[in-house]
Amino acid sequence: MSVTQFADPEFRAIGVETLGMTKVFASLTALDDVSIRVTPGSFHALLGENGAGKSTLVKCMMGFYQPTSGTMLVDDSEVEIPNPRAAHACGIGMVYQHFTLVPSLTAAENLVIARADTPAVIDWKSERRALNAFLETTPFKVPLDVQVSSLSAGEKQKLEILKQLYLDQRFLILDEPTSVLTPDEADEVLGLLRGMTEAGELTILMITHKFREVTAYADDVTVLRRGRVVDSGRVQDLSVEEMSRMMIGETEIRESAARVDQPEKALKLELAGLFADDDSELPAIEAISLKIHAGEILGIAGVSGNGQSELIEVLSGQRQPTDGRIFVDKQPYEPERDQMDRFKVFGFSEEPLKNVAVPNMSVAENMAFRTFDKAPISPFKGWLSPPPMRKRARELIAAYRVKTPSTEEPIENLSGGNVQRAILARELSHEVDILIVANPCFGLDFASVAEIRAQIMDQRNKGAAILLVSEDLDEILELADTVAVMSEGRVTYQSPMTETDRATIGHAMAGHH
Amino acid sequence: MSGDAGLMTVLLAMFAGAIRVSTPFLFVSLGEMLTEKSGRINLGLEGTLVFGAMSGYAISYHTGLPWLGVLVAGICGSGFGALHGYLCKLPKVNDIAIGIALMLFGTGLAFFFGKAYIQPSAPRLPSISFGTWSEHPGVRQALEINPLFLLGIALAVFLWWALKNTRYGLTIRTTGDSAPAALALGINVDKVRLLSTMAGGFFAGIGGSFLSLYYPGSWTEGLSSGQGLMAVALVIFARWNPIACFWAALLFGAAGALGPALQSIGISRGYHFFNAAPYILTLLIMIASSSPRRSLKGAPGELSITK
Repeated sequence: MSVTQFADPEFRAIGVETLGMTKVFASLTALDDVSIRVTPGSFHALLGENGAGKSTLVKCMMGFYQPTSGTMLVDDSEVEIPNPRAAHACGIGMVYQHFTLVPSLTAAENLVIARADTPAVIDWKSERRALNAFLETTPFKVPLDVQVSSLSAGEKQKLEILKQLYLDQRFLILDEPTSVLTPDEADEVLGLLRGMTEAGELTILMITHKFREVTAYADDVTVLRRGRVVDSGRVQDLSVEEMSRMMIGETEIRESAARVDQPEKALKLELAGLFADDDSELPAIEAISLKIHAGEILGIAGVSGNGQSELIEVLSGQRQPTDGRIFVDKQPYEPERDQMDRFKVFGFSEEPLKNVAVPNMSVAENMAFRTFDKAPISPFKGWLSPPPMRKRARELIAAYRVKTPSTEEPIENLSGGNVQRAILARELSHEVDILIVANPCFGLDFASVAEIRAQIMDQRNKGAAILLVSEDLDEILELADTVAVMSEGRVTYQSPMTETDRATIGHAMAGHH
Repeated sequence: MSGDAGLMTVLLAMFAGAIRVSTPFLFVSLGEMLTEKSGRINLGLEGTLVFGAMSGYAISYHTGLPWLGVLVAGICGSGFGALHGYLCKLPKVNDIAIGIALMLFGTGLAFFFGKAYIQPSAPRLPSISFGTWSEHPGVRQALEINPLFLLGIALAVFLWWALKNTRYGLTIRTTGDSAPAALALGINVDKVRLLSTMAGGFFAGIGGSFLSLYYPGSWTEGLSSGQGLMAVALVIFARWNPIACFWAALLFGAAGALGPALQSIGISRGYHFFNAAPYILTLLIMIASSSPRRSLKGAPGELSITK
């Protein structure tokens, strides 16, 4: 600790260091001799791919896991962290990627219950006074008396951070804190946190894979790959190319397929004034009208929870629209199995095990979902013949490089990237006229992401009309020919990609508040 | 008998009947509400109710102390609650299946131990007279209020207050709404659910003792007419709000009192139909309050029926 910290009573940030942190799960070394040093009052970014060990490292720091070996220092003295409570006691708090707020409780109730010393009977008058006094000391403003379920994602994220500050945690670990925020909200939250680190009130360790956030807000960066520290240093000394090479390593990334100009632009899919309600019978999407032409990727950008999932459900027949029509080739279209087959409509989405696969059915069975009722798998009506199904599955597994022990393996035993490849094989191995895709790369590693994006581009170049819903703005910017923004259930902005930019789309995502 | 007097009699009988019939509904629904607030459904409360009726009656018969019977019925109920809470903690155990098993278990056990108490008569709970000011015998009779009903109202108000204003209340609501959030706060989810289910069982046991110790006031095997199961519908109807549970119980009580009240002025046509009123009401409420297009509003997020 430096002398200035003792001199300045406002300087309350703490520093944390790990030494030779190693964590071995059965056959997998998730962390291999990881030493990082986060100095007090700094904003430290932890970069790495999915599966690089970032989460394992912070879970060891928080006491969720016990490291196989290695030690942890808080303000230069060694500490034992057997459980999250011990981490809290050291002043280390974590903001998770998924919210840990209780939806039916108000913001004030969420803060008070989070405290370790909540009194048996709560005197709301004095608690309210204390909460207001506490809010005065932070730059974050959140309405206290509103149920958390009706707060916006940005407000929830601020409340998560407020909760840690309220508990007087002076070392915050943030796990991809901006994944659910609009670019403007993200800039606001990170800017405020940055201000607090500069004032010496807080130290931040942020897990991220967004280079923009690293270069704009972080002082230092540590890059992890396959459980090892590749490099660690000042952000200003590193370029984005260097960081990205460190993250990916020698893995071969498939080149993105080039965009081929499509001469004829026939109208393929038209949504005309679609309305639908959400699960509480409130309007989820309103007056969605979109036109998608053959050989065009229409990207729908937006922060999650603005009606995208309801739109996808309507298009895939999982939700009944309250009004509006869908047309394919100018003919009315109902998302039913026979019509999907006739119009060649296919699609896939994030978390395939939850959305488009049956986890405990075999890879072969999952791959046959589109074809099991047709020859050769079903030679007679209602009759299923396994050998052709397995044969077809073997072909697809080879063509799409799905890593699976056999065709009979339950699909849930495959890794995330391989499940998505298996689904891709099922959906793309036919002639595709219309493709409906939602967050296809969510949670996958770089190689799979590049592969999937290249496949989508291939389909576009072959003349498919593609609707791509994505919460990842970079994905839209890379793939889409036309971009539309959804905010509060409506399409609030639409433009050809050539006539817009990140900032304009970002502002549209924030809505017109 | 003039029409006015007849109507008066029916209304008084329904008022008195509503209070009488609603009391077990009130206790069972408050118990079920508390259990569901913590994130589990206990369908076994029907069995708890019947066992509470038997054990309360037996204790009252042996000791001559009906209030001790009420207490023991509650404790037996907690025992069933503890069993439910413990079994549901085990991996891959479904709370609804366990609830159905415990419903049959509780009823069967009550019949097994209760054979000896079908004949003898045990001291019953006293009632409190609020009608001494009135000349009218009908009003006087209608204002003979059972103390458990008053206790139930106090309990409903207390639970309503406690869920908002105590650490235990917030902890139960947190656990019922989001187990991951509760774990992140260091709450022992299984323990909270175990204790909530035990408390719920306690209330249901008391509700059962009312049946055997006040109205109808004796132990028979046909004592319960599904109050324990209807309470589940009632809790949904009341949207997990203790005060609303009280009004819903009163409504079910009034529906249950309709048949006897009409019979008291000599209308016996459709007697069985009117007796079926609570069941029809349950059915109508379940139809009216559910929809394929929306999830239940206000339901605790962890309940297996809403997930």
